[in-house]
Amino acid sequence: MINRLEELDSGTISINGEDITQQSKENLRRSIGYVIQDTGLLPHLNIRQNIELVGKISEREVPPEKVNELLSLIGLPNDILDKRVAELSGGQQQRIGLARALATDPEIILMDEPFSALDNITRSQLQDDFLNLKHLDTKTILLVTHDVQEAFKLGDKIVLLEEGQIQQYGTPLELLNSPANEKVELFLKKDKFILSLQTSRHNQKSLFDYLNDSEVSSKDKQVAMDGFFKHLF
Amino acid sequence: MDFWNFIISHLSEIRDQTIEHLILTVASMVLSTSVGITVGILLTRFQKLSNPVLGFVGVIQTIPSLALLGFLLPIFGIGVTPAIIALFLYGLLPIVRNTYTGIIEVDPAVKDASIGMGMTNFQLLKYVELPLAFPIILAGIRTATVINVGIATLCALIAAGGLGEFIFRGISLNNQYMILAGAIPASILAVLLDATIGFIQKKPASRRTWVTMGVSIVLILVGFFISGSKTESRLIAGFNSEFIEREDGFIGLDALYDLPMEIKEMEISLMYQALYNGDVDVIDGFSTDGRIQEFNLKSLIDDKNYFPPYYAAPIVNGETLERYPEINEALDVIANQLSDEKMAGLNYLVDGQKQELAEVANAFLRELNIYASTDAGSSEDPDIIIGSKAFTENFLLAHIFAQVIENKTTLKTKLQLGFGGTKLIFDAIRLGEIDIYPEYTGTGYLVLLQKSSKDVSDFTDPDVIYNDVKKDFAEKHNLRWLKPLGFNNTFALMMRTEHADSLKITTVSGLSDYLNSK
Repeated sequence: MINRLEELDSGTISINGEDITQQSKENLRRSIGYVIQDTGLLPHLNIRQNIELVGKISEREVPPEKVNELLSLIGLPNDILDKRVAELSGGQQQRIGLARALATDPEIILMDEPFSALDNITRSQLQDDFLNLKHLDTKTILLVTHDVQEAFKLGDKIVLLEEGQIQQYGTPLELLNSPANEKVELFLKKDKFILSLQTSRHNQKSLFDYLNDSEVSSKDKQVAMDGFFKHLF
Repeated sequence: MDFWNFIISHLSEIRDQTIEHLILTVASMVLSTSVGITVGILLTRFQKLSNPVLGFVGVIQTIPSLALLGFLLPIFGIGVTPAIIALFLYGLLPIVRNTYTGIIEVDPAVKDASIGMGMTNFQLLKYVELPLAFPIILAGIRTATVINVGIATLCALIAAGGLGEFIFRGISLNNQYMILAGAIPASILAVLLDATIGFIQKKPASRRTWVTMGVSIVLILVGFFISGSKTESRLIAGFNSEFIEREDGFIGLDALYDLPMEIKEMEISLMYQALYNGDVDVIDGFSTDGRIQEFNLKSLIDDKNYFPPYYAAPIVNGETLERYPEINEALDVIANQLSDEKMAGLNYLVDGQKQELAEVANAFLRELNIYASTDAGSSEDPDIIIGSKAFTENFLLAHIFAQVIENKTTLKTKLQLGFGGTKLIFDAIRLGEIDIYPEYTGTGYLVLLQKSSKDVSDFTDPDVIYNDVKKDFAEKHNLRWLKPLGFNNTFALMMRTEHADSLKITTVSGLSDYLNSK
């Protein structure tokens, strides 16, 4: 809806105070980076052409230095540029998908389950790299995922949706510690310990810090400990 | 060895026909490709239309080629134009379908990502859909091209030229070399065109190559139409392939009368319509054809007695006649019962009045007090098979034979109508695949026995030729000529009556005088 692949039935969406229906769909989409689960790279072009294409369609050249910069950013060697899409692994393709979204320096990036088609190891590696990309710190990223752990690991803020209704909008800690309703609580219960860990890591805290944190209720600490041992055996 | 001699002596003709063939194919493919791809793309944008449109284009594909040519004839006349239109229509289906399918089946993820990054509809087509569908579209073009090289041979029947000229002349004259001289280059052409497109598929050409190719194709086409539009003679003749090639056809006629005319080659059944439409001015018709009356045509008098008599009679396979001698008696009933006028009248009922063949045959027999069944000739388990060549009069005679035989004897018959050439049906009766068909004395004499007009002193006496063919057919081929039916369906040059009257032409000599006057 945000890049108007689906149109609004009611209400408005504004970016920087501007209603998105007030500009052409194409211009709106060109100002937003877009990364999807199946990468959607064009199989008949090589990697360089794929990255440059975003600029080409909006008549904004992507200079070669920029392409190289993007590559080093996502941690891929330069010689990959002349390869075809099919020659790359799934993880590499997804990195290129990200590079493509960044090619025109959009302020906003939409990511539709970007990591869910990858195997576990590649996924967590990519998630870690993604977290550490300083380049992304200045951007607004909206990431859709079914993976609760991923949401807690990557998200600064989380919107929990069920059946089209927003159940809760808040920081990971808020969701964990003060669920808005039973649905949220029930939904997070099973993974609570792991989530707590991930949340703590995200906040640069260790389990030890977490257990010593006076803001965390003793009940939560108990849950975390129970989960930890349950997980251990 | 003979074959090579034939090829070498016809080399320039083979070259011309190959070029004509190539032009027909390429011109129609340029049209099919541009229209087909456009329609295919539009269908992906208006998907509700895709089923009806693909269905419609598919129906065109199922129309028999000759039927489509016949259908286009009254609208576009004869020659290159209707031929290219027909080929264009045949080329559409594979291209439209492959373009549509190719684009529809582009990976949805790729489309989604491309739209999401902000491509317009046109950019999506240009950068994503067309490049990805390209191999499938090209496969469609290849299929269409190979099909069209084959169908283009049929265009010889409507005076559009091409390698079909050799093939059809070869079939009607039973000249294997001539058939091969048309068929082999056509096959090579198909393979070469297919390979050329395949080469483009493997090596996506640069823009410059495409432009060069496009320009050269256009130049060839323009050159062809300019050269093709030149008409030097005062009248245009439309002759069928058999008449053009036979020694006793136009070659001898021209030698005797001197007739400098531009000649267009076309199918017998299409000639009359073409003359009526004014596409041609002179045709080689048959003197008993029903369309003479229907189209108000005039037969020119053969004042130098060039054409031999063509008396029609049933010919029967010798073994069949021994087994069922009653056939002879049965068919005796209709001997000498059909005058020239009578036969022309019956032909007109079919061609002009669009009456059923079986009904017309039945009505004629009722006049002779023979009350036969119109269902005759449809036995699943026949004793005898009755054949015919592919024109109205022969169809009618075959029906008459079937009805008389089933009425007068207990034999069951089956009709097998529409043999494409004299030699084909002749081979069929010799091999016993059919038992009876109506043949003409002149054809038997000149074509089947391969005698020439020099072998007899007097063509004007019908009995001389009848007795001669009867004797030779029995001795050489064990085929029996029964009694003639009465009419003489000879070749005749024909013109539109008002045209001939305005030029004051009544005889072939008169036509020659007109053609040679300045």
